[in-house]
Amino acid sequence: MKRKLVLVGNGMAGVRCIEEIVKLDREAFEITIFGSEPHPNYNRILLSTVLQGDTSIEEMTLNSWEWYEQNGIRLFAGETVTDIDHEERVVRTDRGRVVEYDELILATGSNPFILPVPGADLPGVTAFRNIQDCERMIEYAKAYKKAAVIGGGLLGLEAARGLLNLGMDVDVIHIFDYLMERQLDPTASKLLQRELEKQGMNFLLRKETAELFGDGRVEGVRFKDGTEIAADLVVMAVGIRPNVDLARRSGIAVNRGIVVNDYLETSVPHVYAVGECAEHRGVVYGLVAPLYEQGKVLAEAICGRKGKPYEGSVVSTQLKVSGVDVFSAGEFMDVEGTESIKLYDEARSVYKKVVVREGKIVGAVLFGDTKEGRKLLAMIERGDSLEALSLSLFAPASSGGKGSLVAAMADADVVCGCNGVTKGAICQAIAEYGLKTVAEVRDYTNASRSCGGCKGLVAELLEHMLGEEANRYAVKETICGCTDLSREEVLEAIKEKRLMTVKEVMSVLGWKNEEGCSKCRPALNYYLGMLYPGEYEEEAESLFVNERLHANIQADGTYSVVPRMYGGVTTAEQLRNIADVAEKYNVPMIKLTGGQRIDLLGVKKEDLPRIWADLGMPSGYAYAKALRTVKTCVGKQFCRFGTQDSTALGIRMEQTFERLKTPHKVKMAVSACPRNCAESGMKDVGVVGVEGGWEIYVGGNGGTHLRAADLLCTVKTEEEVIEMTGAFLQYYRESAHYLERTSKWVERVGLEHIREVLFDVETRRALLERLHKALAATKDPWREIVENERLQQTLFRDIGDKEPVPAK
Amino acid sequence: MAKVEIGRIDQLPKRLGKRVRVGNHELALFRTGDGRVYAVENRCPHKGGDLSQGIVSGEYVFCPLHDWKICLKDGRAQAPDEGCVKTYRVAVEDGSVYVEL
Repeated sequence: MKRKLVLVGNGMAGVRCIEEIVKLDREAFEITIFGSEPHPNYNRILLSTVLQGDTSIEEMTLNSWEWYEQNGIRLFAGETVTDIDHEERVVRTDRGRVVEYDELILATGSNPFILPVPGADLPGVTAFRNIQDCERMIEYAKAYKKAAVIGGGLLGLEAARGLLNLGMDVDVIHIFDYLMERQLDPTASKLLQRELEKQGMNFLLRKETAELFGDGRVEGVRFKDGTEIAADLVVMAVGIRPNVDLARRSGIAVNRGIVVNDYLETSVPHVYAVGECAEHRGVVYGLVAPLYEQGKVLAEAICGRKGKPYEGSVVSTQLKVSGVDVFSAGEFMDVEGTESIKLYDEARSVYKKVVVREGKIVGAVLFGDTKEGRKLLAMIERGDSLEALSLSLFAPASSGGKGSLVAAMADADVVCGCNGVTKGAICQAIAEYGLKTVAEVRDYTNASRSCGGCKGLVAELLEHMLGEEANRYAVKETICGCTDLSREEVLEAIKEKRLMTVKEVMSVLGWKNEEGCSKCRPALNYYLGMLYPGEYEEEAESLFVNERLHANIQADGTYSVVPRMYGGVTTAEQLRNIADVAEKYNVPMIKLTGGQRIDLLGVKKEDLPRIWADLGMPSGYAYAKALRTVKTCVGKQFCRFGTQDSTALGIRMEQTFERLKTPHKVKMAVSACPRNCAESGMKDVGVVGVEGGWEIYVGGNGGTHLRAADLLCTVKTEEEVIEMTGAFLQYYRESAHYLERTSKWVERVGLEHIREVLFDVETRRALLERLHKALAATKDPWREIVENERLQQTLFRDIGDKEPVPAK
Repeated sequence: MAKVEIGRIDQLPKRLGKRVRVGNHELALFRTGDGRVYAVENRCPHKGGDLSQGIVSGEYVFCPLHDWKICLKDGRAQAPDEGCVKTYRVAVEDGSVYVEL
C-alpha cells in the first residue's frame, strides 16, 4: 500500500520538495497537491519579467500539467485547503473535499504585506505577488498614465521597471533615504538610483505613507509630512508575511512563520513545513536557494532516508534590477572594526567593495560588474584571508580578463546559488555530455533554472571550456577517472609488460576502481585488440551493448539490424529476402540509412540471432566503432558526368576494410566527380574521381562537429587509393584516443604530420602490414553468434517470465 | 512480501545482466565480479533505459542509453545525476535465486 502524501501549496518550495521525493522513490506515495492559484507550478521570480514583457506565462511554468500527470500526482489547482484535522489525518477544502493523509507538507508561502493605512482597499491598489496582480497591472496600464510604487526594495523596483515598460509614469516611494537598504550600501544604492533615474523612474525618498485617497478608486497618495502626489495605480511592495493562517487555525505552533526543527517537522507529528511559510531557528527565508535546500532535506526524511539535517542557509543576493547587476553578501556595511577595499568607477558605473574584519573577508558589494560574486561568496563562507583576494577583481571591467575569472574559481565554488550547482559539476557535465549552450547546461545540471542570475557565468564557463578545449582545463588527459595515466602511458605499459587482458591492465597499473568504468573498459578492450590482433579475445562484459550484441540499442530497448550491402548496391533477391524477414518477425519499421543501407528497426533482442540466420547476409556493422559504410554515387556507368567507376571502387574499399575496428566509427564515400553526390567532403575518408585519377580527403565529419575534409593527396590508380586509405586507417587506429573521431584526430595531430607519416614508403609499408594482420583476424560476428548456441544463451536470452507466486 | 524463485545462479553470467519479468515487475538481475547477486528495477530513472544491458563495474551498472551510473545496492543514480531505481532483496539458496517482491 502506498502512503498518502498531501502538499498544501503549489508553489516553488513545495513542488520542488515533491520533485525530490519522486526522484528518491517514485512508488512510495500517492501524492495530492492543493494550490489556490489556478495554474500549475510556476517560477514566481520571473513575474517581474512577465510584467516587463520579456517572458510569457507559459515560459515561467516550472512543472507543466503533463508533469503532474506523468508522475501520477493529483493536482487541485484553484482549490484552497481550509482545515487540517490532525487527529483524523484529513484535510478539508473550500469545495468540501476531504482528503486523507499519512504525511502532510505545508508550503503555503507568504502573502504580500499591505500597509494598514486608510484607502488601502480602494480599487486601483494592488500588491505584486502573483499572476493575477501582474495581469491587473497590465490592465491598468492600458487605461491610466500615473503609477506609484510604495517600496524601494527589489520587488518595488522590478514593479516600477515593468510599469515603465507598460508606458506609465512611475513614482517610487521609499521610507528610507536610500534604495534596497537591505542589500546595498549607500554608495551602491546611489549608483543604482542614478541608473534608474536615467531609465525614467522618479524617486520620493524618506516619505512615509499616511493614506491613499480617491473617490471610488485610488487617485493619490498622501504622506505624513503633508505632501501628496496623484496616482491612478498604487502598487504596494513593502514586504511579505508568511502565510500561517491555516497552520494557526489547525493548532500548529506558529511564531512569525510555522515553527520547524532541523528536519522541517512542525509541532504536530506527520505535518511538515517548507519555504517562506516556515520559520527555522528563528529565520524565515524569502530566497529560492534556502527553500530548495529545505525541500531536499525534507524529501529525504519523508522517504525514510533521514540524512543531513537542515542547519540554515547563508544568504547572498545576486540580482538583476532593471538591467543593472548588483550583488551583495555577508557583512557589507562599513562599521566599526571593519576595513574595506573599494573600486569606484563613476564613469563606468562600476563599484566593488570587499569588507574585511581582522584580516578576513566578511562581506562584499558589487555593482555593475557582478561576475566575481559567486567566488566572493565562497571566500566569505570559507572565511578566507585578505591575501586570497586576487587583484584582478579590481581591474577595470572592460580589460578583457574574462576567462581568467571563471578559470580562477575553484571546482567547489557555487555558480548557481538557487540550485547549489558548483563550477565542478557544470564543467563535468559540459565535458561528459558535450554541452554547447546555456540551455543544455540548465537541463543537465539545473544551473540557471530558477532566477537565471548566473546565466552569464554559465555562458563564460562554456566559452572557457569549449574555446580552450583540453589545453587549459584538463592539463593531462587521462583515460578516465579510474587512472592518472594517459592513453600513451597505458599503451606503453601494455606493450612493455605484455599485459593481455583488461583485468591485468587494471591491476598492474593500479586502477582506482577495481573493475574500471564504462569509459576505460571499452577503451582498454579496443587498445588490446589493436595491439594483439588475433591473439586478444574480446571481453563481452567490457563492451558497450551495441558491440556486445552486434545491433544498435534503440530508445525503447529494442534493436536495429543493418545487413551489409557493399557500396550501397543490392539485388532483387536480397531485397526479397529482407522483406520476408521483416514480415516474419513483424519488424515495425524498415528504413534507409544515411549510408545507403537498409535498417530493420524495432527488433526484440532475443530475435536477433534468428533474424541474422534468416537473412543470411553479413553484418553491416552499423553499431560498431569500425568501418561502417562506403557510400557511393552511380558513377560513370550511368551518370553522364561521372569520370570514374565510383561504385566499383566503393565496393572494393568496403570489402577490403570490412570489419576493421577503429577508435570510433568510420564512414567513407566515393564520388565519381567533383559534384560529389556521395558527399565525400564530410566523411572520415572521402574519395573523389577526377579526370585521370582520384583525390583522397580525410577527417571530414557530418556529425556533431561539422567539418569539411582535408585533401590528403591525389593519386592515379585504385590500388593507390586502397593503399593510402589503408595506411591512413591504420595510423588512426594506432594513434587516436578511443572515441576520437578522425576529424578531431586530424586537428590534434595535424595534417602535415599525417602526410609525413603516410608518404614515407617504409612507414607506410609497415602500417599496411599491421593492418592486414588485423584484417586477417576478423570474422563475421553475426555468423559466429548464429553458429554458437552458448553465446546466444549468454548474451541474447533473458530468464523467462516468472509468475509472482511465492516460492515455498 | 512474496519470495519468488527466479532461476539458477548459473543462468547469471558474471557482469552481464539478465532481464526477468515477474507479474508487473521487470527486473534486471546482476551477478557482480565478486559473485554477489543484485536485482533492481529494469528502468533507468532518466529515460527508462534497459539497465540489464549496461556495463557492470563493481556494484554499479552504467545505463546503455546515456551512461547514467546506478548503484545496484541502493538503486541511486550517481552524481551529477539524480534519481533512483527500486531495489529488490535477493537470496541465493542451494544454487537457486530468489527475489523478494
